[in-house]
Amino acid sequence: MKEKQTCLQSASAQTAIKRKNPLAQLIDRLYVLFDDKKVRYGVLAVAVAALIYLPINSSMYITEVMTTFWFNVVVCLGLNIIVGFAGLLSLGYAAFFAVGAYTTGILILHYGISFWLTLPVSVVMAIIAGLAIGAPTLKLRSDYLAIVTLGFGEIIRLAARNMEITGRATGLVGISRPSFFGIAMLRIDHFYYSFLVLAILAIFVSYRLQDSRLGRAWKCIREDEDAAEAMGINVVAVRLLAFIIGSVFGALAGSFMAIKMTAISPESFLFTQSVMILLAVVLGGMGKIPGVILGAFVVVIFPEVFRGIGMYRMLIFGVVLLALMIYRPQGLWPERNT
Amino acid sequence: MSLQEIVIQQLFNGLLLGSFYGLVALGYSMVYGIIRLLNFAHADIYMVGGFCSLSLLTFFGGTFIGNGWLGIIVSMFITMIIVGLLGVVIERVAYKPLREAPRLSLLISALGVSMILYNSAMVVTSGEYRPYKTGLSYEGFSIGSVFITHTQAILIVAAVILMLILHLFITRTMYGKAMRAISMDRDCCRLMGVNVNKIIALTFFVGTALAASAGMMAGVYYGSLHFYMGFVIGIKAFTAAVIGGIGIIPGAMLGGLMLGLLESFGTQIPFIGSAWKDVFSFIILILILIFKPTGLLGKKESERM
Amino acid sequence: MMILDIKDLTLRFGGLTAVNKVSFGIEEGSIESLIGPNGAGKTSLFNCLTGFYKPQEGDVLFEGKSLLKLRPHKITALGMARTFQNLRLFKNLTVMENVMSGMHCRASSGVAGAILRPPAQRAEEKRIRDVALECMEFVGILDFKNRLAKNLPYGDQRRVEWARALATQPKLLLLDEPAAGLNYDEKMQLIELIRRIRDERKITVFLIEHDMGLVMKVSEKIFVIDYGTKIAEGTAQEVQNNPRVIEAYLGKEEETAV
Repeated sequence: MKEKQTCLQSASAQTAIKRKNPLAQLIDRLYVLFDDKKVRYGVLAVAVAALIYLPINSSMYITEVMTTFWFNVVVCLGLNIIVGFAGLLSLGYAAFFAVGAYTTGILILHYGISFWLTLPVSVVMAIIAGLAIGAPTLKLRSDYLAIVTLGFGEIIRLAARNMEITGRATGLVGISRPSFFGIAMLRIDHFYYSFLVLAILAIFVSYRLQDSRLGRAWKCIREDEDAAEAMGINVVAVRLLAFIIGSVFGALAGSFMAIKMTAISPESFLFTQSVMILLAVVLGGMGKIPGVILGAFVVVIFPEVFRGIGMYRMLIFGVVLLALMIYRPQGLWPERNT
Repeated sequence: MSLQEIVIQQLFNGLLLGSFYGLVALGYSMVYGIIRLLNFAHADIYMVGGFCSLSLLTFFGGTFIGNGWLGIIVSMFITMIIVGLLGVVIERVAYKPLREAPRLSLLISALGVSMILYNSAMVVTSGEYRPYKTGLSYEGFSIGSVFITHTQAILIVAAVILMLILHLFITRTMYGKAMRAISMDRDCCRLMGVNVNKIIALTFFVGTALAASAGMMAGVYYGSLHFYMGFVIGIKAFTAAVIGGIGIIPGAMLGGLMLGLLESFGTQIPFIGSAWKDVFSFIILILILIFKPTGLLGKKESERM
Repeated sequence: MMILDIKDLTLRFGGLTAVNKVSFGIEEGSIESLIGPNGAGKTSLFNCLTGFYKPQEGDVLFEGKSLLKLRPHKITALGMARTFQNLRLFKNLTVMENVMSGMHCRASSGVAGAILRPPAQRAEEKRIRDVALECMEFVGILDFKNRLAKNLPYGDQRRVEWARALATQPKLLLLDEPAAGLNYDEKMQLIELIRRIRDERKITVFLIEHDMGLVMKVSEKIFVIDYGTKIAEGTAQEVQNNPRVIEAYLGKEEETAV
């Protein structure tokens, strides 16, 4: 049996069409190279070492930008679970970091609870919000989710503006920073490392989910909802799960954001934020984890490099989104040849 | 104010608000019916309609036409044509190439168009409010102590007339019949010799023109325009379309009026108040999705495979 | 014993009655077929059985349990799998992933399992793979397991669909026009495969088919419907000689004479 299988594998490898474009050939070769576990883990180890070393030997500015990048990696991977894995569109993703940030902020400011203990509460709040939005919507046509989440994004902002406990339009100010095993988290590199850890965790969880029974079910639903249902996949439940897991990522990132910024206001969670995260996911390639990381990087670096664009930024984002959908819906990250 | 007067006042506000929602909801519903797309850009068309008509009206203000009723009617007519054509162009550029693509791509494409429209408007207006000056008087009539200007009354009548014209167009003409047929089975229509592309373009034209007219009316009514004005009304109009049953033309009108009334009376409930107006309509949306997702006029779809 | 019992099933679309008071039963361990002219309501009936349509009247009992209130995925989990008339593969997934999807309802690991990968989850993943490999071998597509489904020739795509349905480990397999688009050799292989599914895997097979030759060869019992109503049932021989069936397919003699 085993011998037969290897023989079949080589046969199927031969059937793969050789691509002519030299760039595509290079990509194919890199993919094959990375199939080797030693190469993969070797490159990973070097990369992680470099990332740990980075703040020690670079300017505050670079550390700050990279911290933002890691934050974006977390939220983009979260949205990727919803958009990329399950093929749903969420347009109010910023609302979920608002849920996390406000939960943490309120608990620390008004109740004096330790930051670390606010995290599980923030997760629970995200699950509740995700259920409230997702459950009525996902039973119906899945594209309703897009506009309902769009509405939710506005509602959360409005609610935050109008409630006493969220500090109305001023928001929450003076959220105290926690300490981690006796080290007070005050410096930017502390946050660099915490967001790096968070990002690595998000990458790990994303990969694990992708290569699981759940991940396969998401892919199937994305491809053909009815066929997935006929294969015994509970389409509504599995979709809802994607929406909720994605939202939890957002809320956790929001909680960390609250302590990094120490002040949050309703204007920190604009529609623009949600769109920027979506753009990163689409740009890199929906459903492709390295692509999404690339997308997060581009979206963070772009405004830093082109500081003069100001008002045109969102206009450019709109054009990029449209152009991507028409010319390269699979995003920048190259596809493996199969 | 007596209770009766409050009721009259809110009824009137609700009808006015509702006719704006209804006009925008119609476009959502028509486009959804024909190509199953939630056209995010539709709300921004409303805003573009407002600005387009403002430019025209300002231009006519300096000519013999003036910026009174004649100027408004002429500007509205031209606005509807210009913005209607914009809708056709948008469909050609952003949606037509994606007709066979996954739904998600189409939705994202619509989002892209929406962003392009409102950010362009932001750049042009530097993000500021623009006053909407007309030559209309503030004369009107009173019911008790409730004062209603002629302008407000005429706006409601105009909205109702537009909806009636649309209704006749959909139910009485060949084009209307073709639209309804395409929404049932596009491929079959193609085989029966219906020019599907033309009808889809026409649908966009009509739906977009209606939203543009609503944008203009909003300008006349509120007296100012802002690039972000489409955002909230987009969600409201979608809610209206869902209340009536998405894809159903009379449903969109009914839903619009109902939402307008619910909202204006809702703000009178103690503890809700106008700050929570938008939250209120969002909750209505969620409740409708839970309890009557097919909408008031919708029948249960027998999903065909 | 009847594995599936259909009682007075009626389905209407608006004013059109697609299925009209149809009743019949499918014997456990048999191969039975449903035939009828185009538009007779065969696929509509199939969709009622698998939960995709909700019939207005009547009942469908699977091993004595009513299926009417159940969503399609529950019905599959109970042990009734289906294929689609026009292929509904997950086109951009590999053949392996397609077939593995069938095992979804026979496995249970969730979010925690996926992230932490405890031994139980690893064992389950292995079981899913093993079943998928076995199903692919059974229908003869093991060679293509790493190819994308959309890149396979049509006949092999059909096989992927069968393997996927088998991977749900059904007791009853519903095949909606499995021979559509297949050439002669492939049809012969299909007949053999249907028999092997029943004989080796002890799965009851119920098919809708247009190809009379195939139906007559493979089925032990045939049901005929026309205009949504059952007009005949019996063995191939009986059905072929039934005047109402001949009429449904060829029209009345007087009419054809004119």
